[in-house]
Amino acid sequence: MTKVFERPKALCDVELHYCPGCTHGIIHRLVAEVIDELGIEGQTVGVASVGCSVFSYNYFACDMEQAAHGRAPAVATGIKRALPERVVFTYQGDGDLAAIGTAETVHAASRGENITVIFVNNAIYGMTGGQMAPTTLEGQITQTTPYGRDVKKQGHPVRVCELLSQTGGAAYLARTAVDTVPNIKKTKAAIKKAFEYQLAGKGFSLVEVLSTCPTNWGLSPQEALQWLRDNMMPFYPLGVYKDIEEGKGNEK
Amino acid sequence: MADKVLMKGNEVIAEAAMQAGCKLFFGYPITPQTEISAYMAKRMPKIGGTFLQAESEVAAINMVYGAAGAGARVMTSSSSPGISLKSEGISYIAGSDLPCVIVNIVRGGPGLGGIQPAQSDYFQAVKGGGHGDYHMIVLAPSSIQELADITQDAFDIADQYRMPVMIMGDGMLGQMMEPVSFSNRKGRELPEKTWAACGTEGKRKHNIINSLYIEAEDLEKLVVARYEKYKEIEKNEVKWESYMTDDAEIIIAAYGTIARVAKTAIATLRKNGVRVGLIRPITLWPFPAQAFADAAEKADGFLTVEMSMGQMVEDVRLAVNGKKPVSFFGRTGGVIPTPDEICEAVMAMKEAK
Amino acid sequence: MAKVTFMEDKCKGCELCTTVCPKKIVVMAKDRLNKKGFHPAQVVEQNQCIGCAFCATMCPDAVIEVEK
Repeated sequence: MTKVFERPKALCDVELHYCPGCTHGIIHRLVAEVIDELGIEGQTVGVASVGCSVFSYNYFACDMEQAAHGRAPAVATGIKRALPERVVFTYQGDGDLAAIGTAETVHAASRGENITVIFVNNAIYGMTGGQMAPTTLEGQITQTTPYGRDVKKQGHPVRVCELLSQTGGAAYLARTAVDTVPNIKKTKAAIKKAFEYQLAGKGFSLVEVLSTCPTNWGLSPQEALQWLRDNMMPFYPLGVYKDIEEGKGNEK
Repeated sequence: MADKVLMKGNEVIAEAAMQAGCKLFFGYPITPQTEISAYMAKRMPKIGGTFLQAESEVAAINMVYGAAGAGARVMTSSSSPGISLKSEGISYIAGSDLPCVIVNIVRGGPGLGGIQPAQSDYFQAVKGGGHGDYHMIVLAPSSIQELADITQDAFDIADQYRMPVMIMGDGMLGQMMEPVSFSNRKGRELPEKTWAACGTEGKRKHNIINSLYIEAEDLEKLVVARYEKYKEIEKNEVKWESYMTDDAEIIIAAYGTIARVAKTAIATLRKNGVRVGLIRPITLWPFPAQAFADAAEKADGFLTVEMSMGQMVEDVRLAVNGKKPVSFFGRTGGVIPTPDEICEAVMAMKEAK
Repeated sequence: MAKVTFMEDKCKGCELCTTVCPKKIVVMAKDRLNKKGFHPAQVVEQNQCIGCAFCATMCPDAVIEVEK
């Protein structure tokens, strides 16, 4: 018998601290699988951000730098400019990337910074206990929108892929989900493509992964996946938002 | 001795940094230091280095963090309001034990303040600025030649102790021109950066650049160890200039630009038979406290002169420790005290005795 | 013939693996708790396993290995 599925080498053999059923773990594993498949663990430097995934520096077996809240793309820029031959990726949540780090994200994309961003969108601030995120949906109840997000008062959720598709330097932007086995496989393919684009020097790549937060959504892991399908997918449609090789997003 | 050239302070910083092996510069425009960026933008591509104009000071300092963590020699520069924005990043850099050089060409504050020379960022530079228990080494040159030498040394000092080094000048020093030579200095013996996050190459366990420690005891242990290192620095790296202090009854304490003005005042006062000297801290942290403590045994009193409402004067008072009176004279908001004003302040102090 | 191995003590009992098994042979071990205090997931009829690795693909904690 041969192993058809095992823990990837690029994922350290340590326990992940995430809550039961949190899909961060799946996304971690997919990134590690891609690093293994491309054989780039020794050439990769990752950037951990602030949020639930802050400890990702302990989980990825490659060299890691931990960034201040929202600054991961700037930190990654510094690494990439210092070591252009290295593969550099960030792993960021929605609060980190789309609120406090909006400027760093937009400008790294605009510069076509040759880095890969793994963007985990679960529509809430997880680590601090479930507050409104920039991606929180209209009407969604969180700790800081106890009556539901009222767009007149709390503004509209930010669609990151759509926003970044307008930047000149983005080479590949895709939104995927990890709610089903086929979608997990598609997410992995997107992450692989993003890394391959970086290896080919094509510019900025970002994969936005719709993810769950069962704990702060107040749902079981299974219910959370269903909630993601029912509520997040209609507002955050899956798909490729830019792919310079396929001509996608280049329409003028 | 290399040939002397006439250069502007800000450009000297940029040139000296490149000669010291700085290959990456991340900046953001702000008066009165923008010539550093302009010089870097022109020269860095010619030596295979990187100049990048970031989207903000916040981004620039985090690019510095990234590059420093990857093991590169890296610098950023700004002026007061920009340094406030960089302070978060500086705290992370200090908390992650990363070497880098940060230039502050100080202007008047607070807030947007003004664009004229000032020294009102002393507290920010030597007492913190960012959050947490940490220090930066702060160097305060007072001539263009010293600016060149200090800039080159700054990178070695940063690498030796794995910590941020700030070069603190002001608009006057940044904008003025003086002859300067870039010596073929002998660098320090430096340890290899085995801690850098530059790719494991499959040869070692992964390196992690980080300042997060969830266990209070772990964090305390780390900070205490860092303060042991700071003690070493206080022992090894303190620098100051003593000028005409041997027979001085009154000693002026001044650094950077205003120390130059103080020397002019001293010449006038001495002509009039007033025995005045100067202690000029070159390192603001570590502060040359012993130099002041020793001087307090002989001199009658001290006059601290600053381009601020009085910040370094607190460190002078701590060092003198009540042994002798310590007075203060300063102008702020970008106004530079004149030699006459300093003479008057010295005379007032003498008369009050 | 395929074989699924759970690193049972790392399982957080989220049950996601049980929802994707085409043969419905991944179930929670309601009769015992692992070190973490969760009912771990397990395979009851190993001989029915087709080695599709859906359970392992869905597992957020990478606790499942599949051999074929």
